[in-house]
Amino acid sequence: MIRLLRQLGGDTRTGFTKLGRSSRFLLLALGGVVSVLLRPRLLLNQLYSVGVLSFLIISISGLFVGMVLGLQGYYTLSDFGAEETLGVLVAASLVRELGPVISGLLFAGRAGSALTAEIGLMKATEQLSGMEMMAVDPIKRIISPRFLAGCLSMPLLAALFSAIGIIGGEWVGVGLLGVDAGAYWGQMQAKLDFQNDIVNGFIKSLVFGFVATWIALFEGYDAVPTAEGVSRATTRTVVNSAFSILGIDFILTALMFGDD
Amino acid sequence: MDAQKYPTPHLVSIRNLSFSRGSTKIFDDVSLDIERGKITAIMGPSGTGKTTLLKLIGGQLRPEQGDITVDGQNIPQLSRTKLYQVRKRIGMLFQSGALLTDMNVYDNVAFPLRAHTQLPESMIRTLVLMKLQAVGLRGARGLMPNELSGGMARRVALARAIALDPMMVLYDEPFTGQDPISMGVLAHLIKSLNSTLGLTSIIVSHDVSETSLIADYIYVLADGKIIGHGTPAVIRQSPSTWIQQFMTGAADGPVHFHYPAKNYVDDLLSTGKRY
Ligand SMILES: Nc1ncnc2c1ncn2[C@@H]1O[C@H](COP(=O)(O)OP(=O)(O)OP(=O)(O)O)[C@@H](O)[C@H]1O
Ligand SMILES: [Mg+2]
Repeated sequence: MIRLLRQLGGDTRTGFTKLGRSSRFLLLALGGVVSVLLRPRLLLNQLYSVGVLSFLIISISGLFVGMVLGLQGYYTLSDFGAEETLGVLVAASLVRELGPVISGLLFAGRAGSALTAEIGLMKATEQLSGMEMMAVDPIKRIISPRFLAGCLSMPLLAALFSAIGIIGGEWVGVGLLGVDAGAYWGQMQAKLDFQNDIVNGFIKSLVFGFVATWIALFEGYDAVPTAEGVSRATTRTVVNSAFSILGIDFILTALMFGDD
Repeated sequence: MDAQKYPTPHLVSIRNLSFSRGSTKIFDDVSLDIERGKITAIMGPSGTGKTTLLKLIGGQLRPEQGDITVDGQNIPQLSRTKLYQVRKRIGMLFQSGALLTDMNVYDNVAFPLRAHTQLPESMIRTLVLMKLQAVGLRGARGLMPNELSGGMARRVALARAIALDPMMVLYDEPFTGQDPISMGVLAHLIKSLNSTLGLTSIIVSHDVSETSLIADYIYVLADGKIIGHGTPAVIRQSPSTWIQQFMTGAADGPVHFHYPAKNYVDDLLSTGKRY
């Protein structure tokens, strides 16, 4: 019993020190953002490897999710004779929820794990120490550009996901199942609210991008500098990002859509 | 060396240094001095803390106790900006090379120049090629770090360490992984860099023969203490059995090659156990 308590206390303590270290890390990374803006080439390189390289997985997943929504939505709505509102259902689900959440999860799996592995390996091979000894701050040089790139990419990727998903829904709903194209697009435009749906979805994707990138970079920077340590850190990135994204999504949804 | 010209007679002075990793004391009240313009070797068996010592001098680790003065500045007490100012004047050759893996040899050597100077690219090119020529790898400038052998990577790292013409270079095991020819060339290079550029060099190594050929002064470290120091000739004549064993590389002596274990024959004969 005492042992259990002691174990619990120890775990809590390591948990809190990790939280402390990661907060400090975040502050340093944010502090470096200004100097990144002065060297846009570092940022562009990272936008490419963090953002552009996730395009394909995001597009394909968005397409399939949209198609499934079209299918499922049609069967449910047609029971009530409300097929024309299919466009609203597909677009609202994507823009409010599925776009930010699924692209956040995919982003953590594709870009986040790659970031952790990259930073962890740089640490394990003493590249970060080497930079420090050359009087170059690795936070400013390596972390901050990646941080900014992650935060900028995620909203764009989520928007891409939703847009392609809406097209996928149209293929299935309008193309295969015979919903009227005018109704699909018209209802969608009439019912979707800019503030409620688009802006809130955008805020979600921004928050998820911030959190997923923070976790990925911190886990890499904090990794035990061995091959095994890096692989563990990569796993932690994916797991922790998934939990954080889903948990934060619930909180944000309750705050945003709670009172109407 | 003209002592009056400088704030301190020694470029690096370490006083009463203590440092631990977990519960093991890596350094226990160690003091040593590195003379300006000389090559000082720090020797000791694997795992005694030679790399740790270089990291303490470079300010990457903080000592528990003691002072580390580099060119009159007490490293553990410097602000970040001041520390970076000092580091710009120190080149460090890491044991693993520590080249940046996402850029080629040329860009690696150019990295500190681009980070800390406003020189035009044409000038940077000249400097990079000069440094690469010095380590014999001018022809390898287009290769990526993963296309280099361990020994080549170390030489590129050396070119990078001297790119900014530092006042001091810290070498962590410069000779491991080098064939006899490049070993000789490298030893000669370290020596000539030291005299022509007026550097101060600290070589950390367990390569006794090569290091004692070029070192002006040697410290021998073991079990967190300095167990002997002096010129190579003095060290070679040392009466200490410990130092004798280290210098001649014998397996028997006060230092044990084997991790503590039970009797070898008994161990082999106890066939019932799985391991
Ligand atoms: N990051 C670390 N965390 C915990 N212990 C460490 C760490 N780095 C080194 N050590 C321990 O510190 C001791 C000294 O390590 P160090 O790398 O300085 O040895 P070394 O003299 O350079 O050895 P070698 O000649 O093999 O390079 C070792 O016993 C090692 O186990
Ligand atoms: Mg070492």
